[in-house]
Amino acid sequence: MSDINQISRPPTHSQQVVDTAFRWLCCGFACLSVLMVALIMLEIAKDAVPAIRQYGPGFLAGTTWDPNTGQFGILPEIWGTLYTSFLALLIGTSFGVAAAIFLSEGFLAQAVFQILKAFGLQFHPVLGKLPDRAEVLLKNLIELLAAIPSVVYGLWGLFVIIPLIRPACNWLNLKLGWIPLFGTTLTGPGVLPAVIVLAIMILPTITAISRNALVSVPPKLRMAAYGMGATRWETILAVILPTAARGIAGAVILAFGRALGETMALAMLVGNANRISVSLFSPANTLAALLANNFPEAAKKDVGVLMYAALVLLAITLFVNIIGSIILQKASAGQEGGK
Amino acid sequence: MRNTTNAEKLSKARIDTAQRSAKETASNGVVIDCNIDELYYSTFKAVRDTSIPVKKNRITAFIGPSGCGKSTVLRCLNRMNDLVRGFRFKGHVHFRGKDIYHPSVDATAVRRFIGMVFQQPNPFAMSIYNNVAFGLRLNSYKGPVAEKVEDALKRSALWDEVKDKLQKSGLSLSGGQQQRLCIARAIATEPEVLLMDEPCSALDPIATRRIEELMVELKTRYTIAIVTHNLQQAQRVADNTGFLYVDTSDGGRCGYLVEFGESGQIFNDPREQYTKDYIRGEFS
Repeated sequence: MSDINQISRPPTHSQQVVDTAFRWLCCGFACLSVLMVALIMLEIAKDAVPAIRQYGPGFLAGTTWDPNTGQFGILPEIWGTLYTSFLALLIGTSFGVAAAIFLSEGFLAQAVFQILKAFGLQFHPVLGKLPDRAEVLLKNLIELLAAIPSVVYGLWGLFVIIPLIRPACNWLNLKLGWIPLFGTTLTGPGVLPAVIVLAIMILPTITAISRNALVSVPPKLRMAAYGMGATRWETILAVILPTAARGIAGAVILAFGRALGETMALAMLVGNANRISVSLFSPANTLAALLANNFPEAAKKDVGVLMYAALVLLAITLFVNIIGSIILQKASAGQEGGK
Repeated sequence: MRNTTNAEKLSKARIDTAQRSAKETASNGVVIDCNIDELYYSTFKAVRDTSIPVKKNRITAFIGPSGCGKSTVLRCLNRMNDLVRGFRFKGHVHFRGKDIYHPSVDATAVRRFIGMVFQQPNPFAMSIYNNVAFGLRLNSYKGPVAEKVEDALKRSALWDEVKDKLQKSGLSLSGGQQQRLCIARAIATEPEVLLMDEPCSALDPIATRRIEELMVELKTRYTIAIVTHNLQQAQRVADNTGFLYVDTSDGGRCGYLVEFGESGQIFNDPREQYTKDYIRGEFS
């Protein structure tokens, strides 16, 4: 064909080889990642098999953990994992979605613009860009929360949060102790400090993904609502949030997955007590913390039990993540119709 | 004596009515009197010296080349431009004799009386019924919502196509149907004026024709102002037409009103050279 046109040529042999090689390379890496997940699960399951045989489903319902008598049960840990994650999610979602709304609906940009306007600088070539930049800047700052190491969160919780909230907690216990939530005193590590720190840790996930969902609501829907004479709140509540709801739900479920698996900070803050209590101030335990605390000293025969617990944690987390990705998939499919 | 007084009163009342209608004719039933001296987006001067009276139960069309500010002018009429940061405006827009840009006037209130239909059909991601009922709920309408929804859908010539699937998503409709749904949503609250910003530009010719027929029907109840790229469309539906053009003399791109008048006059006997050239298609 080269006689037809001087410039256009079919791909050369080496180009085709590179293309094929690149495709196989990507395929290989992708398969390796999947294989890794499968291998980890297989390995844990294999190690857990003896314990599963020995303890059976009763392991999930047992409430004592005593390597000396060989009695093992993880019901308190399952409870603690779900309870702390759920409470953290409640707090994290309220703050995270609020922050996402604040960072996507132009509140900040408008405020900065008004401040600049007061100084007559709103059209300044450099400062005039601030309103648009401010949101991105703050968003990045919030995402920076995700970069703080877990152990630093744990230390911060121990040395800042616990002393900070203890007086208030004990006051609540004194005055409203008849409410099960405030049923015990806070002596040190416990559910509430763990929940507060966990909520801060999942905040960036919720904010970032919710903000993306809110930003990708088509502007024409906003215009439609404003054009009907809706105020900003009416627009956000009646149109924008429902349209972005599925994306936000995906964010919440991904954050839930993160909260379930969080280890270090919780091991430091949750109190590691084998106890089922709804009290916010009581120490508790989570599956991840249990594993982190017991692996170093575990006798060989107990490793299987820990593997069983790990398998349960994996199953819970995987289940939540799968639901999360299904919701995210549906969310993006829903937005196609809104073009 | 008494009889005469009564007769006098009666005739006086007649005269009053006559005077009132004379007054209305004098102002030509202008619903929105728009006078834009200067309009800026940040430091960019977008429109200057444009005054367009929008008359009651008439269709007023804004035509002109791309970037001449016709949409900007339209968006001034219900303060949609307020949503653009850096928007500044010198002049006044009188609606029912009151300046809607007066500091005491709430922009959202203005938009409840002056509805808008956009270029892209933009139904909310909710059911057809809820789309139309949206404005009613916004205004905490206490009457029979279902009746109003049906009425609006009938008036926007969509009822027969959707009456069996009111609970289906508004997004499941075709483009032309979506646009009629948006019109239904806008007229459900019976605004006085309906602004339409190139309502047919995303539609095929058949859907376009349906919307045009609809506009002519709607003008008996509402006042309509429409921006269009399509000269034939303006000619077909508009009673009055304003032609805007871009002034590039001072280095910017500033739109201004060249000529305003009855559509027949604008299209058949334009006074200005620019209008003549544009209608003859000598530039776009």
